[in-house]
Amino acid sequence: MNLDTTTALRRRVEPRDIQLSRLTAGWQDMDRAATLRQHASIYGPVPDLSRRGRHGLLDEVAAAHLTGRGGASFPTGVKMRTVAAKRGPAVVVANGMESEPASEKDQALLARAPHLVLDGIALAADAVGAREAHLCLPRTRGWLIDIVMAAAEERRRADIDPVPLSIHELPHNYVSSEETSLVHWLNGGEAKPTNTPPRPFERGVGKRPTLIDNVETLAHVALIARYGAGWFREAGRGNAAGTMLTTVSGAVEQPGVYEIEAGSGVGDVLWTAGADTAAEAVLLGGYFGTWHEIRDVADLPFTASGLRRVGGAPGAGVLYVLPPGACGLVEAARVLRYLAGQSAQQCGPCMFGLPAIADDLGQLASARPEGDPLGRMQRRFAQIEGRGACRHPDGAVRMAASALRAFGADAHAHARRRACSVSQQPRQHTPMMPMSRPVAEEGWR
Amino acid sequence: MIGAASAEHPLNAATASHALAVGTSGPSPLWYTTRATGVVALVLLTVTVALGVAGTARMETRAVPGIVRAGLHRNLSLLAVAFVAVHIITAVLDPFAGIGFVSAVIPFSSAYRPLWLSLGTIAFDLLLALIITSLIRTRLPYMAWRAVHRLAYACWPIALWHGLGTGTDSRLPWLLALDAACVAVVAAAVGWRLQISRPADLRQFGFVATAGFVVATVVFAALGPLQSGWSRRAGTPVHAAGAIPPKTASVNREAPTTRHIEDYA
Amino acid sequence: MSLKLEINPIACTGHGLCADLAPELVELDEWGYPIIHERVPNDLAVHARRAVNACPTLALRLSRSQRHKEQN
Repeated sequence: MNLDTTTALRRRVEPRDIQLSRLTAGWQDMDRAATLRQHASIYGPVPDLSRRGRHGLLDEVAAAHLTGRGGASFPTGVKMRTVAAKRGPAVVVANGMESEPASEKDQALLARAPHLVLDGIALAADAVGAREAHLCLPRTRGWLIDIVMAAAEERRRADIDPVPLSIHELPHNYVSSEETSLVHWLNGGEAKPTNTPPRPFERGVGKRPTLIDNVETLAHVALIARYGAGWFREAGRGNAAGTMLTTVSGAVEQPGVYEIEAGSGVGDVLWTAGADTAAEAVLLGGYFGTWHEIRDVADLPFTASGLRRVGGAPGAGVLYVLPPGACGLVEAARVLRYLAGQSAQQCGPCMFGLPAIADDLGQLASARPEGDPLGRMQRRFAQIEGRGACRHPDGAVRMAASALRAFGADAHAHARRRACSVSQQPRQHTPMMPMSRPVAEEGWR
Repeated sequence: MIGAASAEHPLNAATASHALAVGTSGPSPLWYTTRATGVVALVLLTVTVALGVAGTARMETRAVPGIVRAGLHRNLSLLAVAFVAVHIITAVLDPFAGIGFVSAVIPFSSAYRPLWLSLGTIAFDLLLALIITSLIRTRLPYMAWRAVHRLAYACWPIALWHGLGTGTDSRLPWLLALDAACVAVVAAAVGWRLQISRPADLRQFGFVATAGFVVATVVFAALGPLQSGWSRRAGTPVHAAGAIPPKTASVNREAPTTRHIEDYA
Repeated sequence: MSLKLEINPIACTGHGLCADLAPELVELDEWGYPIIHERVPNDLAVHARRAVNACPTLALRLSRSQRHKEQN
């Protein structure tokens, strides 16, 4: 039992209740997706923007300080204004791919409140002057596609969306949820990232300025359009605004999706999900994220700026608690092996570098080092980072490097073929979330 | 009858005609140049193709690094163009076969062995496309250049079959050996390159196509140019037929001088 | 104004001709892929241009950068 962690998690005698039901309003009472009528009864009708005009929504979203919920945390208002300012008709793409295996929030949102997302798409399309809208979903989630298509069909019959929406089923690979992958696929190519420039907001689908937003971001837009920026900012701690969806998994009593106030502390989030007080380490930001000792991050806000000082980021609001008794290096090695296998295989440093460091970390994890895997990895990190067309190799390197830091003592022990702090006996522990199919099986088109 | 000629009358009709015939209608230096430059061009193209394929197969040795191989590939291809140019110009200038300049770029426009000559025309058209696009490579989109450059896999076999079909020397043993060597070199290079090809069915297709081409060439040579009477079957115009001087090693059953006299008697 | 050498990592298939032609600007990593030194000193411009032209997949690009000359 790690005294520091227990203290960190239990420091607040009355743990703060950080949950707030905005997007998740009414989810407890429903076991299926809200119909259009139910949606209207919870949130009210879709606001008529013709009075306020296009700039009305752009100003509201900017004033609300809404940031992207897909992982990049880019200010949504700035993005929308940039696309709106470009000449010619724009395109809106809603990213519902959620390729991160440790994340479930987008599925949950689309499965329970699809109309929030569809509202957001329609409003964003109107605001940026788009004449077509697309929603991208992974083709492996047939059940989700059915729900969303039923909701879209309701709206078509009610004729409430002037901009036509197409729903697409894409291959479900890790890098297929990247912005340029979506654009490439919509333009007829494979769901693989492409070179930038040009970025999608300059030239994307059909060579037109394209706004690509995570489905949760668009759901927030739908609520900001109704209740305003001031209402949005009523929630949120510190400088953060609004609420966010998080997925907590691993050694927690109640794994799942939680809607919390943005800016809540990491420790509060873990406590809310009932994290095991004996747990010592947490993976923040998903498979793409970083490992930390819980005591180092418990007091920090779960935001991009808050975690920057420890080299972390919330990503798409993902937290995985490493079970006590599990070796962090083993889990990190599994994740790295997965990420290496998910490479689009377009760029040499990623295609060859990631499997190489996955081998190195695997050697460390199994305490069977050949030569000096630690030294090799450090050298290879520098060779791989920044040399791909997309950020996939960078994320993998960052995750691996953070594992070496967070489990440094274990790493050195393994390098000397000694057992780490975890006993030799394999423990039963919650396995990581299932990983998607290997790219060779899934395909790219 | 020719046999009636006698040494006392050096300028009797038969010998005079014979002398006239050989002097005005026999193969000229131009024709020999055409054939020679054709053979050299084929060899140069063969090495060019092999070097190009080696590049895609990443075959690199310390003695021949990538830039040397690439430079050789480029320079030999340009040299091949020079030889092909001479090959065409001499063929056109030579009145023997009656080929016009038009036939250099437009297929099926010559009276001399129309099909087999047209193969040469087509190969030349393809070669022009390859060379020109490669000279302006940095100004073209890469995919466009690559698509055109793949035509090399068509250009070389067509050039080879052109040589077999039109070449009046096809039956010479050394030339047969040279042709066989060219086929072997390209087949080996392509076969080696196919080893690293993915996916597997593309690789299989490549092997089958390469083997098929080799077999087809052998069969074609055996049933075509190597058979007697090929000259006529290939469409050699009558006036040019039988003009092969008897000194060549070709097994030409037609008695050239006899036929000649009969035609013009 | 100085020259900038950039690579398209998707187009690059690791032939390595660039490293042979401009070793001061291009180093190969352990997998044969180029690590580019972006800033091209003027005396190496011709070598950079040769490397760009020699690339079998046209993955290199030479452009004029707007930055002021760096100290090193």
